[in-house]
Formats: sequence, C-alpha cells, structure tokens
Amino acid sequence: MPQLFSRSADMMLQAVLIGGILLVTLLFSALFAVVRSPDITNQNVTIEQTVPFSHQHHVGDIGIDCRYCHQSVETSAIAGVPPTQVCMNCHRELWNQSEMLAPVRESWETGQPLVWNRVHDLPDYVYFNHSIHIHKGIGCYECHGEVDQMRLTRQAEPLTMHWCLDCHRNPEAHVRPRSLVFTPKPLEDLADTTEFQEAVATLLAQDARDDSGVVELLRQRLATDYHLDERTDCYTCHR
Amino acid sequence: MTATTQQHDRFDDLIPAEATYESVTAEVADIVLERPVKRGWLVGMFIGFVLLNVLLVSIGWLFAIGVGVWGINVPIAWGFAIVNFVWWIGIGHAGTLISAILFLLHQEWRTSINRFAEAMTLFAVACAGLYPLLHLGRPKFFYWLVPYPATTGVWPQFRSPLMWDFLAVSTYGTVSLLFWYLGMVPDLATLRDRTVGKWKARAFGLMALGWRNSASHWQHYQRAYLLLAALATPLVVSVHTTVSWDFSTGIVPAWHSTVFPPYFVGGAIFCGFAMVLVIAIPLRHFYDLKGLITDYHIDCMAKVMLAAGLSVSYGYTMDAWGAWYKNEPFDSYIYTNRFSGPYAGVYWGLIVCNCLIPQLLWFPKVRRHPLALFGIALAINVGMWLERFVIISISLHRDYMPSTWEMYYPTVWDWSLYAGTFGIFVSLLFLFLRLLPAISMAEVRELVHQREEEQT
Repeated sequence: MPQLFSRSADMMLQAVLIGGILLVTLLFSALFAVVRSPDITNQNVTIEQTVPFSHQHHVGDIGIDCRYCHQSVETSAIAGVPPTQVCMNCHRELWNQSEMLAPVRESWETGQPLVWNRVHDLPDYVYFNHSIHIHKGIGCYECHGEVDQMRLTRQAEPLTMHWCLDCHRNPEAHVRPRSLVFTPKPLEDLADTTEFQEAVATLLAQDARDDSGVVELLRQRLATDYHLDERTDCYTCHR
Repeated sequence: MTATTQQHDRFDDLIPAEATYESVTAEVADIVLERPVKRGWLVGMFIGFVLLNVLLVSIGWLFAIGVGVWGINVPIAWGFAIVNFVWWIGIGHAGTLISAILFLLHQEWRTSINRFAEAMTLFAVACAGLYPLLHLGRPKFFYWLVPYPATTGVWPQFRSPLMWDFLAVSTYGTVSLLFWYLGMVPDLATLRDRTVGKWKARAFGLMALGWRNSASHWQHYQRAYLLLAALATPLVVSVHTTVSWDFSTGIVPAWHSTVFPPYFVGGAIFCGFAMVLVIAIPLRHFYDLKGLITDYHIDCMAKVMLAAGLSVSYGYTMDAWGAWYKNEPFDSYIYTNRFSGPYAGVYWGLIVCNCLIPQLLWFPKVRRHPLALFGIALAINVGMWLERFVIISISLHRDYMPSTWEMYYPTVWDWSLYAGTFGIFVSLLFLFLRLLPAISMAEVRELVHQREEEQT
C-alpha cells in the first residue's frame, strides 16, 4: 500500500497551522489598528466648508479671543457658531469685495445663515457640556489642539471614548489656570506669560516657585482648588 | 478461585464473552465505513434538518423584529432563552463527568459510553451557547463580552456573574472539545487504516495527526489524557456553579440562596445522564451494540441518575426550609406561590418528574429495563426543564411591587426557537454517528486485553 501522505505533508501541515495563527493575529491587529486610524476617527481630517475660514489668521495672526465668536462656550453645553452678523462686524469694512467672502455677504443680504460642516461630531448618546470643562480649567487646547496654527479647522484629537476617559480618569494632568483656558498652547509653553506667573505667585509657596516641576505642582494645586475628581461613572456622559 | 470468577464477571458485564480486538474494532468501525446508510438514519437526519430550518427562521425573525417577538415583559425579562440556556448547559455536564471524573476514579463502565456522551456534551453546549447571544437585545454587539483592547477604553464588567458565565461556558466548551478530540485520535488512526478510498483515508489521516500506535505515542497520549482529565474535573463542578451565580448573586427573593451552586450541579448531572440514556438506549438498539453498551452500563447510569435526583430533591427541600427559616413574608409568599399560584401546574409537574418518578430507579429490574429507563430519562429531562422554568421565570413574575406583577406566556417564537435548537442537536448527533467512531475502540480493546491478561 502506498504512503497516504508525501514526505513534506508534516511540514505543510505545520506551515498551515503556523500560518493560520499568524494570519488571525495579523487580522486582529489590523482591525485594532484600523478602528484607531483617522479613517474611522476623522482625526486630522480637514472638512470642506462653504467659506475656507482660517483660525490661523483670526486667532494666531490677529489674536481674536475664542469667545468673540463662540459666545456661549462659558455658559452652555454648546460653544456656538457665530451668526453672520459677527463676521460682518469686520467684513463690512475689510475685504468687503473679496470673492472668498461672497457666501458671507450673500447670507447677510438674504438672512439665510451660513451652513458650516461640523468638525467635532460626538455620537448622539454622548452628553457633552463645554461650560463645565471651561469652568474646571480644561483649556480649549486640550481637545481642539493648536487652533491658532490651523489654516483650515480639523479635529486635533481622535475623540474616541478611550481618549475621553484618559482625561476623565486623570484630569489633574490636563488642568490649567482659568486665566489661560482660552490660550491655544500647551501649558508647558506658557510658563513665561504673566497669567502663569500670577497663578504661581498666588497659589504656590515661595520655595516651590523656582522648581523645575512647577507646572506639575501648579496642576496639583489647581486640581484641589477647582475640585477636579475622577469622573468615570457611565452616567457622567451617557445620560 | 472465587476471586478470579468474580473478575471474569466484571468483564462479562462490560464486553461480550467472545469479544476480540478484531470484533470490537469491526463492530464500531463498520458503522462508519461499511454499513450502508439506513432508512432510520435518513429519517432522523431529516427531522434534524427540518428543525434546523425552524431554528434559522426563528433566528431570522428574531433579528428582524427584536426580542419583542417572545413573551418576555418587564418583570419577567428572563424567559425561554435563559431557561433553555440553563437546561442545555446542564445536559452538557454528563459528558465531562463521564470522561474526566469517572476516568480518574477508574470506573471501567465509562469506556463504551464516554465518546458519544462527550459528543453530546459538545452539541448541548453549542445549543446552550446560542441562547445568551440571541437573548441580547443587540446581538451584533455580543463581542463586547470578550475582553479586547477597545477604543472605548473600558473592559467588560469583571464583577458581573454574567461575565463569569461567559468565561466558564467558553472554557468548558474548549476543554470538552479538546478532550473529545484527543480521546478520538487513536480511533481516527484505526479508521484511517481500515478505510479504502484514498481521500477518505487522507481525511481520517489528517485528523489522526500521524498516529502510528507506537509505545511512545501511547505513553504521551495517556499522560496528556490524564492531565486533561485532571484539568476538566473542576470544570464539571465550576460551570453550573457559575451559571447558578447568575441567579444567586441577585436580590430576587427566590434566587438569593447559597444552596444554588450544589443544587444546580446536581441538577445538571441528573439531566445530563438522563440525556445520555435517551441517546444510548436507541443507539444500542438500532446499531446492535448491546454487547458494548450492556445492561450493566445503563444500570450504572441509572444509579448515578438516582443519586443526582436525590440531591436535587434535597435542593427543593432546602428551598422550602430557606423560605420558612428566613421568616420574611415576601419570601414565604414567593415560595407558596410556586405550588399554589398561577403556575402551580408547572411546579407539581417538576415534583412528579424529578422527585417521584426517579424513585422507581431503586428497583434493579427497572434499572435494567431499557424501555422503562428510556421513559424515566425522558421524564427527568422534562422535569429539569420545568425546574429551570420555575426557578427563572416564575421567580420573576411576582415582584416586590404588586403593581408590576405580570404573567409570562411563551409565544410561538419562544417554542420554535426551542424546537430549533433540537435541530442543531439532532443533526450534529446523526452526523457524528455516521462520520466518527461513536464508541472508543481503543479503550474497549484495552478491556479485552486486560481480560486476556487476567485469564492467563
């Protein structure tokens, strides 16, 4: 009776088994990578807008405060998108013949609001409130990144639940003095500002002020002062 | 000389007097390799196939409409899906008990029943595993039970018994599969060597993993089998214990009891052995295997069933005692409601099937009478199903607040899904009987060998 299997059968079986295990591992690794990729999270994806509004120009170059346009950010759940009136405060005079701003003038004339496409879109089952974050000393920068560098607005962070929880589990690592909340820079880069110096002077003891870890010390102190606690109950966000 | 005579009797109970290596092998292997497909098998397979389609329709309708197609409502959120889950997983207990615990205890009567009992276990676990998934309101998210690095940054709730349940059942399913397969390797090699067609031989050869029957193979095999048996033994107890925690850690009055784990394990063995008998009795009749599955075998199983049945009756007594001893009006009410409330018939049915009918097993004549035993085993399976219905659904229909009291009436979709899981069970069982060795040839040959050694 001839042999049932060829000499290489064992090797082939082993290759199939090992290959199968590798393939499954690879498949799952790929899945885990894909769900975290910008294709799914939209992180750093620039969304087309009717008017190519530049935060870099308005915030970085001119220095307009966030609240000039996003007026309800301190008092309401939503930061608010400005009415055309706010644009026209300046653009009635400046660049009032610009082709780029034609939709703004049209909106102004017809009374039909501009349609902006949402850049930061949280799922509907997530309750998010801007005002409490501002009030607790969480700067715009923590979620929106360096807006003053963005020629076109993009989503700076992945906005996954994991990312939310990273901060909710350890809010102390993200707090800043309320006076610096609207400055779109990392707190570490703001050590030379008067607001930072003032916060250090009022909150930290004399001997701690020149410490190299002054940012951490300040954050620890702010976390106590602002009553920052872990907020990880399901109903904090899913109400 | 009396000692030797007794020993001969021991083997006579287990294998036919004229059994040789060749006859044992032929008797089992021929079912797979030689005998033509019988009409009986076709009828069985057809029934299984029809029921399987009932299952697919039931699942399809459930997925299209949602769990509202069932009779569940707010106090009784756990209806047939959970009742059937617990019932099937209970049935799936006999296999590992026979293969692991009886193996470690050197009970020779396990040899010719362990293979199909293990197969039955696997098929029952497959049926059981389906229910918790279907019971989810959003079954497409079933994988949330698996601890994997999710973008949510949260893990499953490891403090929940439902999570333990998932882990216990999946571990049990995996170990049972490994145990079943490992035990089958020498027999698969026998089939490989006896079959004629090249591709059939290759298929069996692939499954036999290059088994050559050498002494070193046997040495490794037996060590691995022993280790797996030792690993599987705690699982026999742990799975239904964990299932019982789903209930006993809850604050529902009729559930919150420490007697639940042993009572559930006892019930599982009771029901599992009954199902083994429900399969073994027709199997040995239709395939002429009375020489291998002897009256002694079914007698032993009946004894185990009787013991397990008594432990279950003890559990019912403890339920009553607990309700009285707590001296808490609502608990007493829940208990009396069982046998005098709207579902009293179900309760008395379970008492008849689980406590009264099994008392017949005290009589050796009943234990060795296949037809009577078949009837008793069926009654026990029904009784254990009623028990799960009493514990799960009836305990819920009277809540603390009378304004929420409701009745649970299973709909046609509840019943069709239940019937449908029999489709999986029956189809797999018939395929198994046709395609794989239903009795362990190697282990029975070992008995023949032992007898020869003792005779010389």
